[in-house]
Amino acid sequence: MKKTQTQADHSNPVISIRGLKKSFQDYAVLRGIDLDLYQGENLVVLGRSGTGKSVLIKIISGLLKPDAGEITVLGHNMEQITEKELQDLRVRIGFSFQNSALYDSMTVRKNLEFPLVRNRKGITRAEINTAVETVLDAVGLSQTINQMPSELSGGQRKRIGIARTLILNPEVMLYDEPTAGLDPITCIEINDLINEVQQRYNTSSIIITHDLTCAKQTGDRIAMLLDGQFQRTGTFDEVFDTDDSRVKPFFDYNFIH
Amino acid sequence: MDTAESATTVKKNSKFKQSLINFFTDLYKINQFILRFFREAFVPPFELKEIVRQCFEVGVRSFTLISVTGFIVGVIFTKQSRPSLSEFGAQSWLPSLVSIAIMRALAPLVTALIASGKVGSSIGAELGSMRVTEQIDAMEVSGTKPFKFLVCTRVLATTLTIPILSTYTGLIAILGGYLNVSQNEGTSWSAFIQQVFEPLTFVDFVASLIKSIVFGFTIGIVGCYQGYNSTKGTEGVGKAANGAVVTAMFLVFIEEIIIVQITSWFR
Repeated sequence: MKKTQTQADHSNPVISIRGLKKSFQDYAVLRGIDLDLYQGENLVVLGRSGTGKSVLIKIISGLLKPDAGEITVLGHNMEQITEKELQDLRVRIGFSFQNSALYDSMTVRKNLEFPLVRNRKGITRAEINTAVETVLDAVGLSQTINQMPSELSGGQRKRIGIARTLILNPEVMLYDEPTAGLDPITCIEINDLINEVQQRYNTSSIIITHDLTCAKQTGDRIAMLLDGQFQRTGTFDEVFDTDDSRVKPFFDYNFIH
Repeated sequence: MDTAESATTVKKNSKFKQSLINFFTDLYKINQFILRFFREAFVPPFELKEIVRQCFEVGVRSFTLISVTGFIVGVIFTKQSRPSLSEFGAQSWLPSLVSIAIMRALAPLVTALIASGKVGSSIGAELGSMRVTEQIDAMEVSGTKPFKFLVCTRVLATTLTIPILSTYTGLIAILGGYLNVSQNEGTSWSAFIQQVFEPLTFVDFVASLIKSIVFGFTIGIVGCYQGYNSTKGTEGVGKAANGAVVTAMFLVFIEEIIIVQITSWFR
């Protein structure tokens, strides 16, 4: 499916990051990052393994604490946020993990119900069933409802992982390596699903990847993370229209011409 | 040579210093973990379904092993005690001796040790695996409370179930003792039971119950702490399971000594 170009509202950043720094022991992973994610856009963060891409979205979701910098997510300053506010904010953010992180001991249905029943007080059984069926239909896996995660393929697990985040109707989606470890056809299907989610749920997304096909198919804007900072930002063609020796090989090795 | 020796000493000292710092840091973290349990376990919403499921899991996981072990402990203890009592012609005291030993010490201790191995390791491995596969993070980012759902339920389950299992172990062990006594001394069931309960006091039952509750809490909290804070991938899962067993067993013995000492003041 070809990506429909979306009109992002540039006056309205849903996530705003200024001067973000994060180190592990003595190694500085993020060295002063500035970033805005605008309402309705898919922003792809590209970079090599170990450059801190996943660290970035874990900081945005409050799983990791930054060493320095100012982060505002959906109007909340992450430094001053209370535990209760953070919990409420997380319901508005969907996080799709690299390895799907489905709950092994639960069926697909229970996986999907888990966040819903704990965040929507007083929800009825009929409403739960409708919500589960709707998101399963959205990811095209209605038939897996009673299966265990161990019975699903890698691509199906990714889809169910995305469905589990969609069930709370998030405003922001964070995808951590959505196509990692999948065959090319499944990768394209996942890329299409990301675009569908953007259209259908009107989400703003950050997609962490080192897969250029994924970046090209899903990204409205690309930000290239190099040496702990965003070195190049723009459309796909703008980012790769360069002779920068750190960027060129990235393009060449991904076989996109 | 002197320089090399002093360098080795400095290295040893700094290693010792680091170990000491790590020890106190761990102690602080465990303390925080326990406090968090008490902060979160008794405030709504309660995960009652999950608590019941975990109680069932704890019971089922240990039931067969505890049945067999409890029975064997009863038989062996009776068999081993007989020669000593025979020397004084006091075989008739066997039921009383068996009941005191089993109810006061063996039943809670044996149950706790078996549960440490079966339940503690399982909790450590399960939560450890959930941590390294980011399932705990997934719960956290979806606005749910993984600590409440995973830790509080498991600790409450072990705290509630171990006393029941301990009572069951005691009864099975006494049954084992009875079979041995009836075979050798021809004692009837009613006479045996009367002698079993005669020496036991209210303090014995209460002390045994308190001990089992403390052991159950220890097994649950240690297993959860090791698993919940697991790191370093699959290696960490193994370490969490192993750490849960070793630490829980060690603490169970320490607690046994302390509780025996305290209850002896009330006798």
